[in-house]
Amino acid sequence: MKRIDGGLIDRGQILTFTFDGRNYIGHGGDTLASALLANGVQLMGRSFKYHRPRGVLTAGSEEPNALVELRSGARQEPNTRATVAELYDGLEARSQNRWPSLAVDALAVNDLAAPLLTAGFYYKTFMWPKAFWEKLYEPMIRRAAGLGALSMAPDPDGYDRGFLHADLLVIGGGAAGLAAALTAGRSGARVVLADEDFRLGGRMLAESQLLDGQPASDWVAQAEADLRRMDNVRILPRTTVFGVYDHGIHGAVERVGDHLADPGPVRQRLWRITAKRTVLAAGAMERPIAFADNDRPGIMLAGAMRAYLNRWAVAPEGRVAIFTCCDDGHRTALDLVARGVKVFAVIDSRAEAPRFGDYNVMRGAVVTGTQGRRALRTIEVTQSDGTSTWLECSALGVAGGWNPTLHLTGHHRSRPVWDATIAAFVPGQGGPAGLAAAGAAAGRGGCAAAMADGARVAGEALAALGMSVTGADLPATEDPPQAIAPLWHVPGKRRAWVDQQNDVTVKDIRLAHQENMVSVEHLKRWTTLGMATDQGKTANVTALAVMAELTGKSIPETGTTTYRPPFTPVSMGVLGSGDTGPGFRPRRLPPTHRWAEREGAVFVEVGPWMRAQYFPRAGETHWRQSVDREALAVRRDVGLCDVTTLGKIDVQGADAGAFLDRIYSNAMASLKVGRVRYGLMLREDGILYDDGTCARLAEDHYVVTTTTANAGPVFRNMEFARQALFPDMDVQLVSTTDAWAQIAVAGPKSRALLERIVDGFDLSSDAFPFMACAPLTVAGGLRARLFRISFSGELAYELAVPARYGGAVMARLMELGADLGVTPYGTEALAVLRIEKGHAAGAELNGQTTAAMLGLGRMVSVKKDAIGAVMSRRPGMAGDTRRLVGLRPVDAEERVVSGAHLFTEGAVRSMDTDEGWITSACYSPHLQTMIGLGFLKDGADRMDEVIVAANPLEGSEVRLKVVSAHFVDPEGDRPRD
Amino acid sequence: MLIPHPLLGPRDAQEFTYLGDARLIDRPDGMAEGAGAAFHDYLYLRDNPAGPHRELWYHEHGDRSWLVVTRDTTTHEILGAELVKGPGR
Repeated sequence: MKRIDGGLIDRGQILTFTFDGRNYIGHGGDTLASALLANGVQLMGRSFKYHRPRGVLTAGSEEPNALVELRSGARQEPNTRATVAELYDGLEARSQNRWPSLAVDALAVNDLAAPLLTAGFYYKTFMWPKAFWEKLYEPMIRRAAGLGALSMAPDPDGYDRGFLHADLLVIGGGAAGLAAALTAGRSGARVVLADEDFRLGGRMLAESQLLDGQPASDWVAQAEADLRRMDNVRILPRTTVFGVYDHGIHGAVERVGDHLADPGPVRQRLWRITAKRTVLAAGAMERPIAFADNDRPGIMLAGAMRAYLNRWAVAPEGRVAIFTCCDDGHRTALDLVARGVKVFAVIDSRAEAPRFGDYNVMRGAVVTGTQGRRALRTIEVTQSDGTSTWLECSALGVAGGWNPTLHLTGHHRSRPVWDATIAAFVPGQGGPAGLAAAGAAAGRGGCAAAMADGARVAGEALAALGMSVTGADLPATEDPPQAIAPLWHVPGKRRAWVDQQNDVTVKDIRLAHQENMVSVEHLKRWTTLGMATDQGKTANVTALAVMAELTGKSIPETGTTTYRPPFTPVSMGVLGSGDTGPGFRPRRLPPTHRWAEREGAVFVEVGPWMRAQYFPRAGETHWRQSVDREALAVRRDVGLCDVTTLGKIDVQGADAGAFLDRIYSNAMASLKVGRVRYGLMLREDGILYDDGTCARLAEDHYVVTTTTANAGPVFRNMEFARQALFPDMDVQLVSTTDAWAQIAVAGPKSRALLERIVDGFDLSSDAFPFMACAPLTVAGGLRARLFRISFSGELAYELAVPARYGGAVMARLMELGADLGVTPYGTEALAVLRIEKGHAAGAELNGQTTAAMLGLGRMVSVKKDAIGAVMSRRPGMAGDTRRLVGLRPVDAEERVVSGAHLFTEGAVRSMDTDEGWITSACYSPHLQTMIGLGFLKDGADRMDEVIVAANPLEGSEVRLKVVSAHFVDPEGDRPRD
Repeated sequence: MLIPHPLLGPRDAQEFTYLGDARLIDRPDGMAEGAGAAFHDYLYLRDNPAGPHRELWYHEHGDRSWLVVTRDTTTHEILGAELVKGPGR
């Protein structure tokens, strides 16, 4: 093909680009496909299975063949359709699925082996031996039948996300879409007009049809200018609406920077468009006719040939012919002739084919073969009397009729219905609520018809919203005739391609039928027809028709496959929209975070929180050194730890106590003001759910703490209980996790330290005993709450201050405690301390355990109704004899690993003899050996027994002695000191 | 999906957390005779209708209301939404 005059390209803009390393020149307004064609390049890719040479078939997003790799380095982008890749200066493109080069492809031998590589070949051939599949067959197939390659480097580009709301969303900016948008815009509706092309106008840009006696592009420019002047209209070019979801929600991708050498800060944007009504004006896609060897470069759809001619000023060279079964093929011939391109034949399968202009018509004739390895050379034309002739031909336009682009109407439950007059499927009933198709997408194509339809459908949508409609002035134009006598395939012995992307031929469909793939869905999966990047946009309807012929059913009886989002491929990057790396989810920082950074803490992610894991000091080279030092400091002196992340729920109201009696398995209404109680929460099925402390600050005021992980879910469940289960109770809840900074002050010298910061508050055990709580002030008037509770097993307190003072109070405590040996400790030491003390945490409350297993069975009160209490008493659950025990290695040097399973010495290792598992393990600096907690069958009665912990993952076994879970201070004297 | 919140108007479903069948509201009395059997039915027996389904949604990223939403499971059409703590409850 070659470039001619005219067209909608900016010749003042000279754009250089490369394809497979060679330099070419194109212009502004070109796509990669149009620019390559203008440079005489027809061969653009190799087919998926047979590695057949392929050129461009279409001029739009439905392209099955011309898939290329764009850009290089980290931005390398595979499987991009050359037909929608907007040209820019410096664009690099490479062909795919070929080696060593596009022209000479070693795997083209697959084509010679085609009799073997029929549909279902993989299923039949690579069945056995089974072990070969993963190691040999699959890698081999993947290498041979591949598309483009990923760079495997992180994507350097930015992606954005946005939300739009509209009265009317118009999908497609062609004749129907522009008429709809103009109507709605003038009527004052909020309109979003999305078009996948970089230029509005749709099919009008590809046709020579005049509007009001002027080129259609002039009218389109005027319409666009009118729309841009309306504040209530938003135009989104380069935007593909890829899916319709519930209640008027649409997903769309705007390619913001794909057409720029440097994509800029935002490469693509994911739009979530919520519209009260939607007009689908997506137009129609031309379908090919299947005939022998119909896939050679140089054979393209007649409508695409017309688009390249009229919009991109690229004309076919040499001997040009059209093969058609409808009037639309003649339209291409007319346009070609008008632009000085000689058309030697319009081969029309209809016996009564018309002739509209200065070209030769072969009536009742079909194309029955082609030749030309890398480009079309000759075609075989067979007349109705059976005589065949080979004719020289370098460019063949194929016109099989148009299929409405109705995909989005099928994204819910609707199936398309067959319209015999246009020989195509049109949208059926039951599509997405509020969405109506207009113009060619509804089977009402032709520029004039589509415009009138777009205006009408938009008007009806607005009227349904109760808006008054101001009509748009639409131009006068006359649509050419559109008669059709559908021809799906030309019978013959050679392969006739239906799905060019997946190399599915009429033969394959026949084979699938012979092998009893009766349903269309089976056909699809057996042959891979309609899969991959183009989802069979040019193939599906033809395949159905061939299937119908084979089964003797009608096309509508044969049915269609289901249309699912996305309409065209969507990059994972834009679906993530920047939710990568640190932006993967919001990060929560406790109030002492800056202080901890200054202290040199190493941080760990705990859910969304960043918590200080440990605080390395000079000379420490291993985390264990830091953690051991921190844990020992708490047992010897005093340590500080930010425990703000534990959930805090403020419970207030006259019925607060009664409400908490329902939430906790143990009693809370009886808790005295100024006291704290440990509490257990169960799931309604009786399994342990969460634990924490409950403090009573006043008659009608409690503060509940939860574990860090369950802060949200516990609050949610308590709200459910309050609103749904016990709506008559006078109680209110508020989450105060972020309102209060909470610092654990733990260790024998914690009282001495706190005495230096409280404002005249008596901390003696008489005045403020273990499990006391009180509001007070610290540091000269700062509002605070103090709880005498202990997770470490030492004399300990938790001090809460308003969150914004957390960092300052932590720093002050460090300063005041310098001579007491005050030491900050992180989550690792926190865990060591609680394992040494035998306190349960997430590993013990793992959704499989009961209160009885923790040795806390008596905390499930039988005197009141609480969530989970009834079911915790059912048989099976109540009979579980596994109990929490401590475990010490017999040989102090041995490792204790959580997750290991417990067995009686000498027992066979099996599910039947399994007696429990290790939940938590750590090195105890206090005992100078590793220790563990675990659930062991009849554990409470097996103290001092030696058992075996098996760790099959590492193939190790360790002998452990069963001991009390309280490795430290089993009598519990220290916190009461 | 859009949930028509009775107080706040149409809200995006992403603001909500889903729980399930609204019969979870009708919790048996744990102190009553035969509570075990009643709780078994309450916890484990659910209808799975193709059609209108009354179900619980929590406006977690909103006003913390628990709602009973009636949704057609075959079309996702929302037929109604009310506060779980409504008049008469």
